[in-house]
Amino acid sequence: MSEPTPIPLLAVEDLTVEFRTREGVVTALKSVGLNIAKGETLGVVGESGSGKSVTAYSVMGILDRAGKVSGGSAVFGGFQMIGAREKDLRELRGREASMIFQSPRTALNPIRAVGHQIEDVLRRHTLIRRDALQAKAIELLTQVRISDPEKRYWSYPFELSGGMCQRVMIAIALACEPALLIADEPTTGLDVTTQKATMDLIQELAKARGMATILITHDLGLAAQYCDRIVVMQHGEVIESAATDALFRDPQHAYTKRLIRATPRRDSTLVDLSEAAEGATAADDSKIERLVPQSGVKPTPLLEVRGLVKEFPVLRGGEAAEKGPGFWPFARRGPAPMFRAVDGIEFSIDPGESVGLVGESGCGKSTTSSMIMRLLSQSAGEIIFDGHPISDIPVGKFACHSLRADIQMVFQDPTESLNPRFKAFDAIAEPLRRLGRKMDRATLDGEVRGLAEMVGLPDHLLTRFPHQLSGGQKARVGIARAIALRPKLLVLDEPTSALDVSVQAVVLNLLDRLRRQLGMTYLFVSHDLNVVRLLCDRVIVMNKGRIVESGTADDVLTRPQDDYTKALIAAIPHFDPSGMPDGSVAV
Amino acid sequence: MTATPADLRESRTGEWFRHFRYVMAENPVTLFAFCLFLMLVVFAVFGPAITPYDPLASETGNALQPPSWSHWFGTDNLGRDVLSRVIVATRLDLLIAVTAVAISFAIGSVLGSLAGYYGGWTDRVVGRFTDTIMAFPLFVLAMGIVAALGNTVENIVYATAIINLPFYVRVARAEVNVRRHAGFVAAAKLAGNSDARLLMFHLYPNILPPMMVQVSLNLGWAILNAAGLSFIGLGVRPPTPEWGIMVAEGATYIVSGEWWLALFPGAALMLAVFCFNLLGDGLRDLIDPQRRT
Repeated sequence: MSEPTPIPLLAVEDLTVEFRTREGVVTALKSVGLNIAKGETLGVVGESGSGKSVTAYSVMGILDRAGKVSGGSAVFGGFQMIGAREKDLRELRGREASMIFQSPRTALNPIRAVGHQIEDVLRRHTLIRRDALQAKAIELLTQVRISDPEKRYWSYPFELSGGMCQRVMIAIALACEPALLIADEPTTGLDVTTQKATMDLIQELAKARGMATILITHDLGLAAQYCDRIVVMQHGEVIESAATDALFRDPQHAYTKRLIRATPRRDSTLVDLSEAAEGATAADDSKIERLVPQSGVKPTPLLEVRGLVKEFPVLRGGEAAEKGPGFWPFARRGPAPMFRAVDGIEFSIDPGESVGLVGESGCGKSTTSSMIMRLLSQSAGEIIFDGHPISDIPVGKFACHSLRADIQMVFQDPTESLNPRFKAFDAIAEPLRRLGRKMDRATLDGEVRGLAEMVGLPDHLLTRFPHQLSGGQKARVGIARAIALRPKLLVLDEPTSALDVSVQAVVLNLLDRLRRQLGMTYLFVSHDLNVVRLLCDRVIVMNKGRIVESGTADDVLTRPQDDYTKALIAAIPHFDPSGMPDGSVAV
Repeated sequence: MTATPADLRESRTGEWFRHFRYVMAENPVTLFAFCLFLMLVVFAVFGPAITPYDPLASETGNALQPPSWSHWFGTDNLGRDVLSRVIVATRLDLLIAVTAVAISFAIGSVLGSLAGYYGGWTDRVVGRFTDTIMAFPLFVLAMGIVAALGNTVENIVYATAIINLPFYVRVARAEVNVRRHAGFVAAAKLAGNSDARLLMFHLYPNILPPMMVQVSLNLGWAILNAAGLSFIGLGVRPPTPEWGIMVAEGATYIVSGEWWLALFPGAALMLAVFCFNLLGDGLRDLIDPQRRT
């Protein structure tokens, strides 16, 4: 680790930012100080609401109107950014300091070809001649390794994948060879393999240009892998700042320690996580043996999937399936080209088992789970649940079917999956009212309270609307709702991907405890192998609509057979186990 | 802390009032619009009781008097008090507008929700139906409907309701359509809700806030439309006090200098429309739980 240069490229001191809200003024940043040297990569790590993005936005002068910098300074290459005139800042942004954002698709102009969007920046900040612009834009696209750049120059953002859009964003950010790149959660929402490719690209380009990079992320593993130095933030304050290996070897602050422990690793167990998580109760009872049927005879599977296929018609204009009939019902059209999202998969789940369904976006795992949930009809194949061929029941009829109560689901996004007009109480009570046995108000009241207690949701929160709850609390409401009917099969669709790591640790423990308590069977759909391993006995890996590998969680993770699984495992960012505080046991 | 169901209900009203106070305090324009609205409602409900004169009593000896202390808005060609007539007219105009908007809101939002939720043929039929209505100049269509059905107040209401229908259908369709695949809709299906229940109790309440803005704007248009129809002699007939007729009757006297006959009912009309236009945002804020904290 080289000593930081005496004069930092960017020095932030005592930065304090306040937001005007309905409840009065909220201090978002409390005298934040950090600095970054030329060519250095600095990680800013913290959970949501810790002020990591606000720091970057204040420095760049793009804070939204409710926010105000009330003190401190940010000197960038000798220039005071705080309180600088908008005209000067505009000159600086894009040319000297660039930023890339979390969702590349929304950061790009949807109705302008990406090549032109790169040219816009070049025209604004450089003196490149008009006729050389296109060549320069194509050169930049080549640099960010977009294949066939001449053709992609004319592409619109919707024609590109998320990873490609982020590459275009990087090309735009780097077009003017800035001295500083601020990457705000650049890979959130991207697949692990895409994440690896994107981060490798940023690292490589930064090295080649001697560019300083600030990587803002919630993912400790990612920061560990790509940063020289890490700043940990909590509640708008910098609580720890150290070189990466020192931070992981010897974290000073209690919060840092907790954060490191809460991040699932290749060898961590739920117990490790729960120690880190406040309020987790699983510590002692998670030592109980996993509920595996002890009888020697093979039990009848709870769920059996046979030759399941789902096809979507490929429509021009990139529109998804589900389009009504054409205007002329009698007009004969040739068979529409079909895309097989799920291509003949077979598996079965025994009662009490917990099975992980893993793969990257577009691999068909969500389509599969939707079909099992009977939210989507299959094109071919059979789904047999508890001896009943549920694939024969039309999707529209299943909502009122008696088996509905036995298959429930926890959704990916706790916010989006709660009706904004239903209070927590009503959200949990809804399945009981519809599908549960008849009960009077008081019984229902008691039932809901019992469920809330089971998932650790305080009583007084039941009267709140979803937007008045935190992410973790919303997740608990979602889980309480899903287990309200004591389903036999619970499908978990990335239940923790929208949560902070410490909340994730709590939720994973909760899910594990509930499974043993209620004897449920889990189908855990996720892209995160580390998380899946914590909760599942068996793992099924999907790629391009097919099952490429399946086996016990340990086998698949430590001795992957398929190339795709290997690539998936290799792409997971992690911190070096040898540098772990407890000198972790190697797997 | 345990909350009983009774607590829940009580806190709900308390909470609503707190929220109401907040919305009013936050936006002075909303407060102003709401005060105006309250005034209109008071006039509509107590109109005949608070007028200084009988709005229909003519006094030929006192005709065409300019505004004075005894007749604030002056008197018309038959010696009737303009102020009294303007106040009394509030009830009829508001009644026409509110009924018409209520009808188009009820039918339009249901049709739109169905179209947005089911898509396909439902969407096509409803969509083309509204397109057909939209293809006519709306005021001319309203004139035609009143002329064909008969010259009565009810028919003005129906005509106004029909020409406003497409706006509700379109807003409801769009709002339902974007929420159709939301997670909470899937969750409601898992909880055993049939399509009808899902649409009624899960999706429909969620499209109310944007619909409210439409309702408020529409009330203004509806008043204008009703007044416009009576202005050209359809619907309400003299001597019934109504803003549109009063403007129409007063218009002939403007050239001879008796401006107050047309100006005051016209101003009342403008104020009412203005009030409803301003009220829209406030109504949405009131009805949207996400604005509450």
